[in-house]
Amino acid sequence: MCSLGVFPAPVTAAQTLFERNNELLSALHPGEHSQACDLPSPQFTRDTLKGHSRPESSSRSVFLDQRDTLWMRSAGAWRDAGLYGLLDEITNSAEEVPRFLAVGSACVLALLRWASSFHGSLFPHLTLSSDEMVAEFSQMLDWSDSALRSFAWHPHTDKFAVALLDDSIKIYKSNSSPTPTLKHRCQRSVCALQWKPLCGSALAVACQSCLLIWHVDPASLSTRPSSGCAQVLSHPGHSPITSIAWSPTGSLLVSASPVDTSMMVWDVAAESAVPLQRVGGGGVTYLSWSPDGSRLLAATPSALFRVWETRMWTCERWPCLKGSCQSACWSPDGGCLLLSMQGERVIYALTFSDLTGINNTYSSPVTACQLLLILKGFSSLSALLNISVGGEVCSLSWDPRGERLAVLLKGRADNHPSVIAVFKTRSSPVFELLPCGFVMGEAGAEPRFMQFHPHFQHGALLTVCWSDGRISHVPFYFSSAGLLGGDSPQQALASNTTNPSSNKLYTEQIS
Amino acid sequence: FDVMATKPCTKFSSIYFQVVIWRAVASIAWSVLLLPVTTAVFVLLSRFSLFHPIQWISVLIMLILIWKFTSRVILYALYDCLFISLFVFPLVVPSIPCSRMALLGTVLHPRQCVHSLVYCTMGMLVMWCASVTIGGRYSTLGTPCRQSESGEVVTCLNEYHLFLLLAGAFMGYSHSFLGVVQNMYYVSFQPIQQYKYPRFKGCLPMVLKCSVIQSLYSARNFAALYFFFGYVPKTWISSTLNLQIDSSLQPLDSLTGLLDFSLLYHLSISGAFLYLTWYLTVLLFRIYVTEAYSFPVQSTFTEDAEQCLPKVLAEKNTLVMKFLALQDLALLSQHSLSRRLEVFNLSQPGGHPHNWNAISGECLSLLSELTQRLVAHQDAVASNGRVKSQSASSDTRSASSSSSVLTAPFTPDVDSPFSSPAIRRLVGQQDPHSPWSGTVQSPHIMRRGPKLWSASTVSSSVAGEKGSSRFSVIPLHGLETPVNSCSCHTLNCSAQVKSFLAKRVLIMYLFNKLPEASSQALFADSQAHIWALQGLSHLVAASFSEDQFGVVQTTLPNILSCLVVLLEAVDRHFKLPHASSKPVRTLCSMGDSTYKTLRFALRAALKTAIYKITTTFGEHLNAVNISTEHRKRLQQFLEFKE
Repeated sequence: MCSLGVFPAPVTAAQTLFERNNELLSALHPGEHSQACDLPSPQFTRDTLKGHSRPESSSRSVFLDQRDTLWMRSAGAWRDAGLYGLLDEITNSAEEVPRFLAVGSACVLALLRWASSFHGSLFPHLTLSSDEMVAEFSQMLDWSDSALRSFAWHPHTDKFAVALLDDSIKIYKSNSSPTPTLKHRCQRSVCALQWKPLCGSALAVACQSCLLIWHVDPASLSTRPSSGCAQVLSHPGHSPITSIAWSPTGSLLVSASPVDTSMMVWDVAAESAVPLQRVGGGGVTYLSWSPDGSRLLAATPSALFRVWETRMWTCERWPCLKGSCQSACWSPDGGCLLLSMQGERVIYALTFSDLTGINNTYSSPVTACQLLLILKGFSSLSALLNISVGGEVCSLSWDPRGERLAVLLKGRADNHPSVIAVFKTRSSPVFELLPCGFVMGEAGAEPRFMQFHPHFQHGALLTVCWSDGRISHVPFYFSSAGLLGGDSPQQALASNTTNPSSNKLYTEQIS
Repeated sequence: FDVMATKPCTKFSSIYFQVVIWRAVASIAWSVLLLPVTTAVFVLLSRFSLFHPIQWISVLIMLILIWKFTSRVILYALYDCLFISLFVFPLVVPSIPCSRMALLGTVLHPRQCVHSLVYCTMGMLVMWCASVTIGGRYSTLGTPCRQSESGEVVTCLNEYHLFLLLAGAFMGYSHSFLGVVQNMYYVSFQPIQQYKYPRFKGCLPMVLKCSVIQSLYSARNFAALYFFFGYVPKTWISSTLNLQIDSSLQPLDSLTGLLDFSLLYHLSISGAFLYLTWYLTVLLFRIYVTEAYSFPVQSTFTEDAEQCLPKVLAEKNTLVMKFLALQDLALLSQHSLSRRLEVFNLSQPGGHPHNWNAISGECLSLLSELTQRLVAHQDAVASNGRVKSQSASSDTRSASSSSSVLTAPFTPDVDSPFSSPAIRRLVGQQDPHSPWSGTVQSPHIMRRGPKLWSASTVSSSVAGEKGSSRFSVIPLHGLETPVNSCSCHTLNCSAQVKSFLAKRVLIMYLFNKLPEASSQALFADSQAHIWALQGLSHLVAASFSEDQFGVVQTTLPNILSCLVVLLEAVDRHFKLPHASSKPVRTLCSMGDSTYKTLRFALRAALKTAIYKITTTFGEHLNAVNISTEHRKRLQQFLEFKE
């Protein structure tokens, strides 16, 4: 249990710049300058970006209505809206068709509607429209209203991709090279972005109707890569896609849709998919692959989530107490999973006892799901401004070294904004969470999305998307207190590089 | 199997029997066990009557109680044995025809003809069973009927029964035909591992959908066929069996006779049942064969050494075992620490890294063999394009120049099968096991190979390589004929014949190369290379922290240079025309079309493998002894510029 009151409250409501000496320093702090790192921090406003004003089907209203024959209309309805449209068309043109046909189709239509409303009462999210569903399950807070739709750091280099309101994607690099803009006919309502690990160029984009894989050549100077650089992956019944996850080895891509009960495991290069179906839950909304690649979290819209092991692709069901799983993050060694539930101010921790490899038998790694932290109470930030913070946990992010945990708390109304609370974490010898502070934006800006830089040299770097369309980077400078347990190659590499003289390749020692 | 196992020299065959044959038997057993279920569903649907539900259910129960289908089960078992005996070697490498003529040759191949005949018979048998089960007017071939003029009762031909029997034969043939065209017997491995039951459950809806759709298509095609040619079998049967034709009934080869809803319903239902039993067998066979098998890395007893991973990897004869071993290697390199440690271990007396040497050597030879194959293909294509400028032998020049005048540079020589009647007779002969053996033939013959169709200048050297390589691409029609040295006169004649034939549309159609087929054929067995790449890269990356004796780092320069050379060859290959065009995706068919995209998968796997090694080793790669060009390429990977 932790009260937000113990957090060190910033003295002013100015933008947080960085952490140094265990202190979060803001812009108004005396003697501090602005950005310490040379990463681009662009800003996008809603006015400059124009979303597509109306969906394609509504262009019908522009044209004059013309009476076709019944056959033509039926064929058109079948093509546009499937069985529902056909039945609807037959029922509506009762004077042209035989009476029994019209009555029959009306009965079938009523039966179908009743069945689907029953289905919808079991899974309420199915009654939402496609855009509403994306807005509901996107990791970006307030998705439909925001100028920024999604954000993703490249796992190995200093570049990131941003999806914008006008359905384009921009790619920024650290140096002042051109920023490519990606546009595609199918790229609508982008909900998630992720770069392929162990690859320099591939970016997966979850769109409303399909999955796009862009291949953006890093050496190219072009600012508008053609749509021929994009692979379109789609599967009937699998849209809108709200979450995607690459395996850490870069060989597989998993995509999920709240409408489809099966998640697709794509072999992207071969463009083939293996559906993995589990009916319970009514869909899959959020996916997260553990950093060591051995497990995959799949959250459903109901109060249920699953943890798949990725060797034989079996899963464990975890029925939640209340609410669906909203967000999750893995510890760097893949041994611990933090979860937040919808409507709760609680973070749950799921620890996995076995780390892969020692023996071949994959015993069930069931461990207790324990209540890690209750974020209780409100903290009044500044007595002058009369702002208080605290609320439902809606996003979690853990830095790649496992030393800082950022928690995005949702706000409610005026004078109660969303805020990012940062904790210091340590996993050995016992798991510890210590409050570090609040990350503040400029006046009036609320955080919408956050992600840690995957390989920041001097500590951790949190990138935040703000409600005013700005993307800012908050570095946390600290010296690593000791790495987490586990022997993943990256960590071994890190330990090697810290002491290069003692640990060399054998060939180096020979020569 | 015991007999086989006790023989001292058949250690390997014993493991082959353990794995492949046992799996085939298990899959057949399961498909036979599933038959009562599918038959029950079929009976349920065929006896379906909307207005008499009670009668319908009681008939059903009666039928199930009597267990009328026991005889049928035995029949199916027989047929399944036939099926597997024809395909006891699972095709892990698809056969890709390079032209329509080659496809025609495959379809008309004697082995394929026997196969089609067997399937026609099986289809007729199953349809006979189905018509007996449906009962009513379909049950027997002869029915008593009253002659109109004399009034006496004679035996007439029951055309409904005949219709169903012929439909069964038609469906059997179309199944066998589509099996070749769509590569249905090609067994592809899934990108993820699943247990058998979830996988079967996941595939079942797809199989049901495919069988229903296929049955509807077949029913349509058969109805059209029967409408036009139905009188031929009808009159033949009635004359041979001395059956009268009932003139009071509507003949079925007329429009009104065919527009019988109940007939078409029963036809499509029994067709769906027929296809479902076949597709289920194919599905179960695929699931069983592609299941991962865990080979021991090393064994304590020398007599079991033949069953260990390094030995099975080097297997040349049975590709299935080699594929399973490579799959196991890729899995152990990613998921099993203890087995990786066994690979990195040293042998107990002597301290040699035998395991690692054997495994890495086998993977590297596979990859370098692919590199050679790609380079040979590129040389062949390049020499075809610029053949006039080279001083090749006279017959080569005339053949290639005439073809390049007539057609685009990358289309094959159109008429080489017509150069002698002997060749024409041999079209369609297939010999997968000795593809390039024998004496070196003329460029005409080499041109018929899947990729070396124009390898005139490099043909002999490449042929030598191919003969020795253990992983030969299966040629589609290995034409072998002695061609004597031809004089200038015959050359002129042949050129005229060629230009004459090239103008005929049908011949052009048959002999024009299918686009991207040569590229597909080059990468037909690339699943093996993908696993080799995955296995190697993960083992090398794991060795950074797990390899205690440094056995991997001695071979690191070799591995890196092999990967970079392969990458260059693959990059060059994708610059060829048609190589980077994506195939059209088929929506619903049992045929597996993953082989069409294997080249893209290989390119992605290759880049990922290099990235895996470079990100793990980082700056340490500068200490590895490789050439400057390769280092430059690797530097690109270190900076994530690829």
